[in-house]
Amino acid sequence: MKKRIMYFMFSVVMIVSLIAAGCTPKGTPDTGQKAGEPEVVKVGWIGSLTGDQAVWGQCELNTVKMMFEEINAKGGLLGKKVEVIGYDTRGDATEAVNAVKRLTSQDKVIAIIGPNASGQAIAISSVLEEMKVPDIATVATNPKVTVVDGKVKPFNFRVCFIDPYQGAVAAGYAADVLGFKKAAILYDVADDYSQGLTEFFEKYFIEKGGQIVAKEAFKSGDVDFRPQLSKIKESNPEVIFMPYFFKEVALSANQARELGINAVFMGGDGWPSDVLIEMAKDAIEGSYIVNHLDFNDPEVQDFKAAYKAKYNKSVELNGYLAYDAVKLLEAAVNKANSLDPVAIRDALETASVKGITGQINISKETHNPEGKDAAIIKMVNGEYVFQQKYSAK
Amino acid sequence: MDWFYIQGILILAGINLLAVLGLSLLTGFTGLFSFGHAGFMAIGAYTTAIMSVKLHLPFIPSLMIGGLIAALVSLLIGKLTLNLKGDYFCIATLGLGEAIRLILDNVQYLGGARGWPGIPLKTTLLNVVIIDIIGIIILVNLIRSKHGRNMIAIREEEMASQIIGINVFRYKMISLMISAIYAGVAGGMLGHYLGFLQPKMFQIVKSTELTIIVIFGGLGSISGSVLGALVLTSLPEMLRTFAQWRLVVYGIAVIFIMISRPQGLMGGHEFSFHAVKKIISSMFYRKKQRGLGGR
Repeated sequence: MKKRIMYFMFSVVMIVSLIAAGCTPKGTPDTGQKAGEPEVVKVGWIGSLTGDQAVWGQCELNTVKMMFEEINAKGGLLGKKVEVIGYDTRGDATEAVNAVKRLTSQDKVIAIIGPNASGQAIAISSVLEEMKVPDIATVATNPKVTVVDGKVKPFNFRVCFIDPYQGAVAAGYAADVLGFKKAAILYDVADDYSQGLTEFFEKYFIEKGGQIVAKEAFKSGDVDFRPQLSKIKESNPEVIFMPYFFKEVALSANQARELGINAVFMGGDGWPSDVLIEMAKDAIEGSYIVNHLDFNDPEVQDFKAAYKAKYNKSVELNGYLAYDAVKLLEAAVNKANSLDPVAIRDALETASVKGITGQINISKETHNPEGKDAAIIKMVNGEYVFQQKYSAK
Repeated sequence: MDWFYIQGILILAGINLLAVLGLSLLTGFTGLFSFGHAGFMAIGAYTTAIMSVKLHLPFIPSLMIGGLIAALVSLLIGKLTLNLKGDYFCIATLGLGEAIRLILDNVQYLGGARGWPGIPLKTTLLNVVIIDIIGIIILVNLIRSKHGRNMIAIREEEMASQIIGINVFRYKMISLMISAIYAGVAGGMLGHYLGFLQPKMFQIVKSTELTIIVIFGGLGSISGSVLGALVLTSLPEMLRTFAQWRLVVYGIAVIFIMISRPQGLMGGHEFSFHAVKKIISSMFYRKKQRGLGGR
């Protein structure tokens, strides 16, 4: 008897959850379509709200929501109010495909912002092409997000620079500006971003006449880097390139200093985080970071203050790129003078806008922002100190 | 709900279902727990993609080769590990799954950790459903056969079945191999559904997800596995409105169901029209049943 009651309860719970989940998003388009043309347009966002990249995802979604609130306050996109719909992908490519299918078919968004990870951005492109909705990726730096086998993907765009560029900037700055000749690389073999940066740093550093004296790998989740670092120490490099994320950077930097390695550290856009400074303030003193922007740029301060006031948290790096993605979308909509996804896509192909991370001129051939300068940042006394804008030729 | 979206979920559920069917044979009917089936999926996915992208074979033969290669690897692993008892086999499969993923991370020819884009999209709802139905029919017939009964005997009492003359090692091997074929074909379909492969997709989380579905659906029940795969693949999608609390709600729902039905949705039972009739009639005549001193 008891069993049957429980079984019954379970089916009731399932049905209730079905109704609760199924009805909410469905209700809105119905009311909108009754008045003929919908008064509200929807913009989608996808990214990690759960999982190891949740910090960045939440910051992106907060930024996108904040931006569209401002745009709505000023009268919206072409006079229409914008509603932001954000879906979680928990960092998984299949989930990202599901989320995009839902956004494009059920919610009928005019464009999608995100995701921040390249793996998800590549996986969703077939859905975008089928449903003809453009997507602007935030921090997806893998070249294949927009171009595969020399062919540009019609509906994928991005606002960040790409891995080869970032690798080239790091290599160029280390070799030409800092004058280093011997570099070592420590990288995460199980991470796509880390593999990409390593590949291109190595290529360009050797082209510049430098020498890679050691190349050691670890895998995501490792906490002990001493075996690899000991080998690197033996090869006596002048600079160690560390293209991975802040948690591992903090651990490996501390361990490197413990082992008595005095070389300068260099890293990419996976570094900037308050956690890094908390965990490894002394170890990373004097390190260089290739970043998307200068955090202390006067033009950035308004956004930083507004975000802080609204969410009582400081902006993560992804927030700035989400900001630019929204700006780019706004510019494209105004240029197209239409809320049709295909018209927006056509406008995006030649869009240009002054973003918070620099001038963004989308190239028709690559759908990347071309000629965007990278910002070189040095760690001084636990602060991010801007050195110069640097672009690799 | 839009059909395009539902279709996507159904395809994904169908792909998961195929992998779960294989695992159901291994875990539910032979009593071996595996936490490495994502590894077999990865092998199947990459092999199928190599066949169709690099060697330009049609989809179905590619899938078959994908399944076969996964089976070959499983034979190799089975030979080494199936003599291990209970938990030790489980740990060995866990290691295998991670090892396969890390090897793929390093193979630059297949894109390495950065992934492999540009795989043709050939998985449709139609071929998923057809392959699933074929998979179910084969499995049902296998389990009803002498071989299936031998596997169940091994699950129930390994020692006793050895004494009555069942070749335990051989049947465990067959079970592992068939489940690897299912997982391999499922992997191949996943790759051709997403058009993109990345070793990160076959993490241990994927393996545990498959095992959870089997247990959730009920050990030793094919209809339970089918139901489990459908419910647990679509549940996270239905919960999208909860945003960052989605997976918490998902977890709570699974825990609640497992508490209320510890044997899983269908634990040990199969779906049949006869049973449905019995349940319905027992619901209507509950009073009578109680009077007769039923359950």
